This record gives sequence, C-alpha cells and structure tokens, in this order.
Amino acid sequence: MRRVVVTGMGMVTPLGDGVDTNWRRLLAAESGIRAIQAFDTTDLATKIAGEVPRGDKESGLFNADLYMLPKDQRKVDKFIIFAMAAAKQAVEDSGWKPEDDESRERTGVMIGSGIGGLGPIADTAIELKEKGPRRVSPFFIPSALINLASGQVSIRHGFKGPNHAVVTACATGAHAIGDAARIIRYGDADVMVAGGAESAVVPVGIAGFIACRALSTDFNDTPDKASRPYDKARDGFVMGEGAGVLVLEEYEHAKARGAKIYAEVLGYGMAGDAYHITAPAEDGDGGFRAMRAAIKDAGIQPSDIDYINAHGTSTPLGDEIELGAVERLLGDAAAKMTMSSTKGATGHLLGAAGAIEAAFTCLAIRDQIAPPTINLENPSVETPIDLVPNTAKPVKIEIAMSNSFGFGGTNASVVFKKVA
Amino acid sequence: MSDIAERVKKIVVEHLGVEAAQVKEDAKFIDDLGADSLDTVELVMAFEEEFSIEIPDDAAEKIQTVGDAINFINANAKS
Repeated sequence: MRRVVVTGMGMVTPLGDGVDTNWRRLLAAESGIRAIQAFDTTDLATKIAGEVPRGDKESGLFNADLYMLPKDQRKVDKFIIFAMAAAKQAVEDSGWKPEDDESRERTGVMIGSGIGGLGPIADTAIELKEKGPRRVSPFFIPSALINLASGQVSIRHGFKGPNHAVVTACATGAHAIGDAARIIRYGDADVMVAGGAESAVVPVGIAGFIACRALSTDFNDTPDKASRPYDKARDGFVMGEGAGVLVLEEYEHAKARGAKIYAEVLGYGMAGDAYHITAPAEDGDGGFRAMRAAIKDAGIQPSDIDYINAHGTSTPLGDEIELGAVERLLGDAAAKMTMSSTKGATGHLLGAAGAIEAAFTCLAIRDQIAPPTINLENPSVETPIDLVPNTAKPVKIEIAMSNSFGFGGTNASVVFKKVA
Repeated sequence: MSDIAERVKKIVVEHLGVEAAQVKEDAKFIDDLGADSLDTVELVMAFEEEFSIEIPDDAAEKIQTVGDAINFINANAKS
C-alpha cells in the first residue's frame, strides 16, 4: 500500500503567524485568548476570543498583505486569507514545486471549513435588506463558499489535482487530512495540500454559539484563563480563528526528492454518534469508535500510542466524555498515556482545529515533547492519564493520535508515526 | 466634468489595485487593467453608488474602457 507522510506545515492561529511562533508559544504555555477587538461586544455574554493577532511577521504577528494583495483581500472572507497564508507556509516548508503539467495534476488541495464566510453572509444579508439586491457584490458568493479556500489555493499555486473541501464542523481539519491521505493512498494524487480554516469570530458567530450554550462566559475579565480543558472551573469553549495546512505526500515521492519528513499518516478512523445535533453521546461511543477505527487502520494496538492530542474543547460535558472514551480504549495502558489539549492555549478553531492539532502532533513527534494543557489547575475528575497540566513534558513519542469531534455527532481520529 | 473623470479614476484605482498612471481614458478594464468579469460588475456597482445613478445591464455591457464609464456618467449623472 502507498504510504503517506507529512512534508510541510503552515499555520496562523491566535498564538500568531507561522509554525515556529506557534510551537514556541505553545510550549511556553502562553495563551492566545484576549478581549475581542474586531467588534463591539457590549450586548454579548461572551466578550473574548482567540483572534489572530495582527502586525509584523518578524514579531510572530499576522500581516495579511504577505499572503494576498490588498485588492484581492477585499474579495474574500478572512477564512480564505488564513488558508492562503497557512498553505503558502506549508508549500514553501515542503519545498514541493511542481514544474510540469503532470506534477501539477498529481497535486491536489483539500482545505475545509466548519462554517466558511459567516461574516460576509451576515453583512450581505443586512446590505440586501437595507439597499436591495442590486447592491449585493459579485464577490459575495465566492468570498463565502467553503470550497473557495481550496479553489484559491489551487489557483495561486497551480495545483490541478483533486480539489475538494470538507465540512464537518469541528472535525473538519482532521477529516480533511485523513481524507486527503486516502486520496494519496488510493493513487488519485501524489501530493495533497490539506487542512482547515475558520473565521467565525463575528457577532453572529459568537451570538449563535452562545445560544447553543457552548461558549465560556465566566472569564471575560481574565481571557487567558478562559480556555481550561479538564479543569473544574471550565464553562465552555473559547472561539478561535485561523488556519492549519499540511502538505501530505506519498512516501516514495517524498524520498525521491529528498524532502524533510515530519511523520507518517499511519491511520485514520471515522464514526458517527447518531445521537444529538450538538451534544456528544453520553458514553463517548462515537469518539471511541473513531479512535478504534484509526488504530485498526494503522495496524497497531491502543497501547502502542505514546501521545494523544485530545479534542478537549473546555466544555463541561465534552472533556470528560472524551476522557472516558480514551480510558475505555486504553484499558490498563491508560496509566502510561500522555494526553493534552492544546485548545487551552489556542482556543477552539472549529474547522481549523483538527489541522493545527495534527501539526502540533507531528511537532510533538519531531521534538519528543508533549505540549501542555494550560489552565488545568484542578482536574474535574481523577484519571490515570497524564493530562500534561501547564508545563510541556518531554516524552518518548513513536506514535501519536489526534482527535477531533464535531456538532452533528461526527468524529475523526488520525494516527501519526515517527519516520526513522 | 473633470471632477467626474477624477472620481471614476479613483474608483478604478481602488477596486483594481492599479497605478493611477495606468488609468487612461482609452484603457480597457479587462485587457489593460487586469479586471475579470466579476470586477467589472463590481466597478459598475461602485459607479452607481458614487454617482447615485442606475446603470442598466445592457448599458453596463458597453462600458469597456475608463472613457466609456466617464462618458456614460457625464450623460446620466444627476449631479
């Protein structure tokens, strides 16, 4: 069977622009959560989020002009700009530059989003109501369509292979990477630029998730403490924005061109809860079966896993349900498991979360270190699993798994392995 | 009249991200200024907004150069 490896990574998140900045700040247990700057939050119960910090690239901040001309930025929603940024970083990092038509046709793109252009949809609805249909911009639809992240990236880089997009809420990034790896395994492409992007930190996005009772509201005065997976005081997730993109490549293809390899995509599993539109199944069965399927696909035993990057969004219900499912999966091996949620630092990037967390999982394998779960001061339940509270922990990591679960009861797990 | 020309050129510069010097009256939006079909739709909307006029679709299709836009607006603008 064709093997798939990760040869490039890029990301823009509330922790800043670029993989190095993100990884350094994550290992230093810093938080990217702040008071919302982009709009007035007076009427909203949640006044904090993980917005992408703007400024100089040299300072680790995001300068959109480096990735898209200002005249083109006007025509797309932020999630597309973030995707373009993360994709450019990932492609450059991989060193992959198809020089002929055949190579371009063997290179595809699969960047999804949970919600897509929520901002322009809301703004255009107001425009339509106030000024009528003739004032609706011709760029409205292509600014908001979810698959236009993949479309824009393919146009910019000339990648003519499979062009696809995943929409599975907060599991989008993980599904995109898993599905893209399968496209390579199946032989439809040799290289896939895969990940997720999100920009739902807009009034209608915050109000909508508040209405679902999903967001934290208790930490508006101490934003950096708000996202606290597994902690007793957690009261909901903190929304983040940004994008994560990986370059996935067939192993022999990568080796032939002497590419740097972060890790192998060893296994991928999916499952549905068939339970509730927003709440996870109480016994975590969907997550459990996604993990079990990924492990089976990888051809390993649960006890072979050294590190898990948890979904762990800091919601009262979800964190413990996932923890229970992992304990059930591992049995006695739980006592030697290391599992952390990097959402304490980044907040929850919805459709981008699985992609940036896949990247963090690969970096954990590269550097043999588990990033911390920040703000975990008093765990709400006892567990034999080491949840890596507040301080990164050196661990021997051969095999690691990243979990992502989404509204609608959709669950995905991706297993990565160190390549010798 | 020159005021209308200047305002048209300013809109073209802003929307197409081109240099003011390129925006000559005989410059074609698509062939010379890098616009695509969606850009031209948006430009016409911007002209409508700026000059408080309505440019019907059949008239909009004939506006292919900067000069075409200036002439149409000179003939139709209320102000």
